[in-house]
Amino acid sequence: MTITKTPTVVAGGVGTSPIRPDGIPKVRGEFAYSSDLEVDGMLWGSTVRSPHARARIVSIDVAPALAIRGVAAALTIADVGGRGLFGLIEPDQPVLADGEVRFWGEPVAVVAADDRETARIAATAVVVHYEPLDPLTDPERAEELGETFRVLDITRGDPDARGEVVVEGYYEVGMQDQAQLGTESGLAIPDGSGGVDLHVSTQWLHVDHEQVVASLGLPPEQLRLHLAGIGGAFGAREDISLQIHLCLLALRTGRPVKMVYDRAESFVGHVHRHPARMWFRHEADRDGILRRVEARILLDGGAFASTSPAVLANAAYFAVGPYASESVTVHAAAARTNNPPCGAMRGFGAVQSCFGYEAQMDRLAAALGIDPVELRLRNALDREDRIATTGQVIVGSLPTRRVIEALRALPLPDEAPGDDPRRLPGGTGLTTSRAAVMRGVGFAVGIKNLAFSEAFDDFTEVRAELTADGIRIHTAAAEVGQGLVTVIQQIARTATGISNVEVVWDHTGEIGSAGSTSASRQTQMTGGATLRACEAVAAVALARADAESLDDEGAWRDDQLVMTLADLVAAGPIEHLERFRHPPTTPPDEHGNGDVHAGYAVAAHRAIVDVDPELGLVHVVRVDTAQDVGRVLNPQAVIGQIEGGIMQGVGLAIMEEIVIDRGVMKNASFTDYLLPTFLDAPDMTAVLIEEPDHWGPFGAKGVGEPPTISSTAAVVAAIRNATGRDLNRAPVRPEDIVGL
Amino acid sequence: METLLPRHLDEALAATAAHPEATILAGGTDLMVAVAYQALRPAVVIGIRRVPELQEWDGRFIGAGVTYSRLERGPFAALAQAARTVGSPQIRSAGTIGGNLGTASPAGDSLPFLAALDAEVLLRSQAAERALRWDEFITGPKRTALQPGELIVGARLPEAIPDRQAFAKIGTRTAMVIAIVSCCVLRWDDGTTRVALGSVGPTTVRPRAAETMISTERRPSSAALDEFARLVSAEVSPINDHRSTAAYRRHASGVLARRLLERVL
Repeated sequence: MTITKTPTVVAGGVGTSPIRPDGIPKVRGEFAYSSDLEVDGMLWGSTVRSPHARARIVSIDVAPALAIRGVAAALTIADVGGRGLFGLIEPDQPVLADGEVRFWGEPVAVVAADDRETARIAATAVVVHYEPLDPLTDPERAEELGETFRVLDITRGDPDARGEVVVEGYYEVGMQDQAQLGTESGLAIPDGSGGVDLHVSTQWLHVDHEQVVASLGLPPEQLRLHLAGIGGAFGAREDISLQIHLCLLALRTGRPVKMVYDRAESFVGHVHRHPARMWFRHEADRDGILRRVEARILLDGGAFASTSPAVLANAAYFAVGPYASESVTVHAAAARTNNPPCGAMRGFGAVQSCFGYEAQMDRLAAALGIDPVELRLRNALDREDRIATTGQVIVGSLPTRRVIEALRALPLPDEAPGDDPRRLPGGTGLTTSRAAVMRGVGFAVGIKNLAFSEAFDDFTEVRAELTADGIRIHTAAAEVGQGLVTVIQQIARTATGISNVEVVWDHTGEIGSAGSTSASRQTQMTGGATLRACEAVAAVALARADAESLDDEGAWRDDQLVMTLADLVAAGPIEHLERFRHPPTTPPDEHGNGDVHAGYAVAAHRAIVDVDPELGLVHVVRVDTAQDVGRVLNPQAVIGQIEGGIMQGVGLAIMEEIVIDRGVMKNASFTDYLLPTFLDAPDMTAVLIEEPDHWGPFGAKGVGEPPTISSTAAVVAAIRNATGRDLNRAPVRPEDIVGL
Repeated sequence: METLLPRHLDEALAATAAHPEATILAGGTDLMVAVAYQALRPAVVIGIRRVPELQEWDGRFIGAGVTYSRLERGPFAALAQAARTVGSPQIRSAGTIGGNLGTASPAGDSLPFLAALDAEVLLRSQAAERALRWDEFITGPKRTALQPGELIVGARLPEAIPDRQAFAKIGTRTAMVIAIVSCCVLRWDDGTTRVALGSVGPTTVRPRAAETMISTERRPSSAALDEFARLVSAEVSPINDHRSTAAYRRHASGVLARRLLERVL
């Protein structure tokens, strides 16, 4: 019998929005998150944390904890057999405090017990004698003292270049929390022969693996990290939290150990967005062309390095934003203090700078009497231009002008606020009638690098395999909820023609690193590796069958099925292991110049706000956006990233801030750390600008971070526009608007 | 942990008599936070949700077990609005007015209405019953005059309650916030005005000078309203904390009181 093919495009391929495989289980509560893991006979772990921002540890006595019935272990730094320090870039943080605690909430000891309650009680029973020391909490003082994780000085062009119009400004950004819904959690299971399997929610299995084996003092093959179900990340899971603790406890007790942080512990259990203090001086000629930009950027890195050196680099490299300037001086420093450690969060340093340089662009526009959007257009970077700070020539796409023009072209809604309190400042508190409301509009543009920078060897492994049922993709990439699993499937379908694609999450012993799920990189990196691996598999299959195309049934030639998938595989395995790298980058030279970045994306946001100036309350009415996405692989997922990213930007603009007093966190709960609710969500319209990039699959760019870069700046600009106040700080607080 | 689940008020009072130090559980919206985040581990818990007498709402008597979601649908506009601003619908279906009194937080959302009316809090033990005016009952931030063995039975409002009443609350998001400032204003036809504010002092604040001043103004001029706002701001005693500043709270107290007064004039 001859089967004749009807030509079709493979269902669920690139450019469509197929249902994500984890979507329905998550909505129905059936998805197993890392906090749902259970195994017979497991113990529960708990952490003893410092009540001081800085103190000398005089003594630790774990005996009272061990005396409690049901307690199996109580460990301190003395029990760490391998390297006592961990850290993503440089190991500087003790696995458990070593002689001194350096931030409020630092882990001092860990315990394991038969149940969660006994573990909690055991943690409180550990007696730690502290001698409190004066904490260093002012980052400016820290920089003066030379307490820095990195200082980056950038100079480019003629430092004596001058413009006719000069604006200066000082800006601050507060400490934002990722507030990922799933708290830190994991389960370590000893294998009975000295090794351990760790199931954990993380953004990067292999970098965790490196750090955990180092501290355990185990040969690498004796530790296997498995990806557990992840409830969001946003940077909070890039660093080690409980990974080493769990394995130490499991190996000591010989029993599986589980830990789950509660929300309060999660706030101290992961790093946060760096608070920033920034000074800018912009000089332009009368036409608005930037002639010189000077910036000083100070980030508070907190007690340990985490990713501070890399976050700082981003803040510094993007100090001018998506604008050209031939004369630039930037001094940037990440200070070491006794505040909570800061590190990765969506936007990774670019958010802070953008808040400053976009406020400066508005000031400059006002000083020049030029429309602020027009001023941005006149200075906008595009392909083949040079990044103002590094001098790097932009070889991929960077359609800044198209993005700005597309957003400007969106109609500006002019409907007045109604009487529904949910759409007024003050909301359901009924503080504000519409007569008290002033409206404002703000515009901001932001730029972000894609993937890792500064000569980092950034790669991803994917193994594609043809089976009798379809394609199987093996990866260690972290699906954190962003939808990578769907994009992998779509790319594999389009590359092979086969619609049945299964994604298998391999553990660290089965496949090489996928790199981090961060820096907006996985669609390009794991997606790029998937594309190449699938193309290789398809080529072998087509050659074996001497065929022209593949689908779920098999290989086709001249509209006839020549070999089924089962036949193809029976003739020998068809698989391909791809190690994918993006174009190489260089370290910065002594002037902070160089080809440090692999690519860029740009987005613009226009916010409309209603403000009650007398009470200082804000309702964000709309945030419209245009975003450079390279190529849309999954329209629904892109819109999801944009909407979520804008919400995170709105949060930073008007409510999200961890309040620190003398190193102590004052609002470590969702009662007092306020996140926007659905009622705070503005209406949004998004325009996707497709100008293919030079290396992502099908020209795609990462889309996760750009929505958060300039949305905060746009909302605050709109509040300035409504109130006439300078407002140099995010989040804007009611007292800032009132002027108290 | 021992748990007692009385089915009638007599049983509940017998339980509190037998266990005078027991923790009382109504909606649990404050208590369970203390269990989860402050590691509160009470030895004895008396759950009073099944006590029908505490669910009663009879005219001027509001049983301690009346939930915010019932208050939202009740006849008193300011109290209904206050209840509407409490947490999420789930919280409002669980939390009770008796719990709000028992917790005695300066931010308790139902308290400004009760304070503005000089409501009484009814307390019972097996031995006795007593009624304390709101400010005799709430003695400080999260402190009350409740004695071991006593239960909050409910709140009793005065007969004369004006139709002209309003409540508003300041928070930095559209819903689900703890008050930075809350305010209730009541105005009788003869001009008598009562004002109560939350989150601006150790307990709910009644700005007496402002009340006295504005009560004599039958048709307050703009200057009189300004003076009223100034007096309100002068009489509150807010603090700086992680939610706001004393200066903002003082300023916002006057603005909010004036706006509410204008709404009821």
